[in-house]
Amino acid sequence: MFAFLIKRLLWLPILLNAVGIITFALGLYGPGDPVEVMLGPRSNPEAVARVRRELGLDRPFFEQYVLYVDRALHGDFGESLKYRGQPVGELITKRLWVSLQLNLASLALGMALGIPLGILAAVRHNSWMDFLIVAVLVAIISLPSFTITPILSYIFAVQLKVLPAGGWEGLLSKKAILPVIILSVGPAAVFMRQTRASMLEVLGQDYVRTARAKGLSSRVVLMEHAFRNALIPLSTIFGLILAGSVTGSFVVENLLAIPGIGALGVDSLFSRDYPVIIALTLIIASSYVLANTLIDLTYQYLDPRIRIH
Amino acid sequence: MGLRRSRTLEFLGHFSQNPLAVIGLGLVLMMVLAGIFAPVLAPYSFRAQDLNAVNQAPTWAHPLGTDQLGRDQFSRIIWGARTALIVAPATVAISLLLGVIFGALAGYFGGWVDALVMRLADIMFAFPGILLALFLAATLTPRVDNWLKSVGLGDFVKTGYASFLVVTMVLGLVGWPGLARLVRGQVLVIKEEPYIEAARAVGLTPGRLLWHYLVPNALPPVIVTLSFGLGGAIVAEATLSFFGIGIQPPAASWGRMIIDNYTLWRTYPLLVWIPGIIVGAIQASFSFIGDGLNDALNPRIGR
Repeated sequence: MFAFLIKRLLWLPILLNAVGIITFALGLYGPGDPVEVMLGPRSNPEAVARVRRELGLDRPFFEQYVLYVDRALHGDFGESLKYRGQPVGELITKRLWVSLQLNLASLALGMALGIPLGILAAVRHNSWMDFLIVAVLVAIISLPSFTITPILSYIFAVQLKVLPAGGWEGLLSKKAILPVIILSVGPAAVFMRQTRASMLEVLGQDYVRTARAKGLSSRVVLMEHAFRNALIPLSTIFGLILAGSVTGSFVVENLLAIPGIGALGVDSLFSRDYPVIIALTLIIASSYVLANTLIDLTYQYLDPRIRIH
Repeated sequence: MGLRRSRTLEFLGHFSQNPLAVIGLGLVLMMVLAGIFAPVLAPYSFRAQDLNAVNQAPTWAHPLGTDQLGRDQFSRIIWGARTALIVAPATVAISLLLGVIFGALAGYFGGWVDALVMRLADIMFAFPGILLALFLAATLTPRVDNWLKSVGLGDFVKTGYASFLVVTMVLGLVGWPGLARLVRGQVLVIKEEPYIEAARAVGLTPGRLLWHYLVPNALPPVIVTLSFGLGGAIVAEATLSFFGIGIQPPAASWGRMIIDNYTLWRTYPLLVWIPGIIVGAIQASFSFIGDGLNDALNPRIGR
């Protein structure tokens, strides 16, 4: 297991470099010149050339990249091209905290709804209750976020006027209710599906039949024998959603004017704010690797039959 | 033959017992028919504007109302089905091709081939998918357009259909790693089966072995994933279009319809709701079909 951890940790810098180089290349060969975006479409070419030189954007690709990595290793991710004078690190940390609160609250709510519904659906497999739970949750999660957001905003903010339509004043303010509900739909549906699927599989196993035959109460069989074993695949989902919670929701944050990572991502993509895009991509990639490592370790803890190498 | 036939019947029997899967199949069939017969079914052209009738509520003349350029929403929904019908299968085909090739090679050969493919998949997974897709699409669009113009297809670019190429390519490229992992896992299990050993013992080449034995037997769970993938591709296309980078006007796409009228979501909510709900319904249908296929194909689920 120790060797496994070492291997994973050695892999992390390679992966981050690959992700960094790809993003860097896309930025360099991508559409639109960041400097032109910055100075406006009718800027004079000399000014553009001067700013490019100041920012080091006229140097060869590899040199720019090495310079970037060197600075990044010292904690300097450069300056935002759009918000001049703002260090990227600072810009991101502030927003990371917002997205993190929002996503963790949504994950908690999603689990609290999804897991019990999943167990219920599995126990009542093929009954109308099962179909109802699956149909409703899958139908809601299938709505793209750019549809469910305006629908709920219209109902609760425009028509009923009970919730504000956007903005952010911390997790404990009224403004957080709408985004948390919208963002919890995804985790709720995923947890419901996976809980239902693994419960169905586990309930068909011999050891569950044995437990029933021993005369144990159905609650004990369900929770102690079935659910605990159904937990293993749930831990994967938990880990992946947790890893995703630094990402922020690109669409929902954008539409509800929440100053999180997702809104920043879209914003920086459209203003070609490459220093921000690259830093964001690197953060998301590292959290993905770390989460996967944690998932593998949890697996081994939950199911001793699994050995990782 | 008899055995195969009875297995098909058994499969159909299980599938049809799932009411949601059957409803989903019905909706998808409607979309397919709408897409194929769009020119006959749509009362108006997808680009016909009537500036005397903008932002109309549903009427007999316009059953789903009109948008801010006075285009008939119902007709655009039908033409949008054709867009989805082209983009989704093409996207999934590209992902499938890459996923099966990479996954099968990784699973069969193991060693450095496996390491290389899986690490590549890891890198792809580590990217935030939508950001990568937006980025790639934004990078590729002007290049593909210029290339098409340089080979004398400028008129084609003007129709907006050139964007189909970019969207399909980008979403296909972003989608393969999941399939590759799945196929690899299947191949790893199947290659230990006695019949594969037998096939190898009689001297089949790796290519034939992969193509005739390993890949076909690895397919059932892949088929389930493809069903989800088709729905996902439609949503992904709508998302790219929603950010203005996907399907270009005047071509009709459900995502494009939403963004074209997005500023009106408070005053004319139906303009945004209807295409969105249709995207959702189709995505849900593919999920239900996927669930139905899974239940029917997976022998481990107790019935």
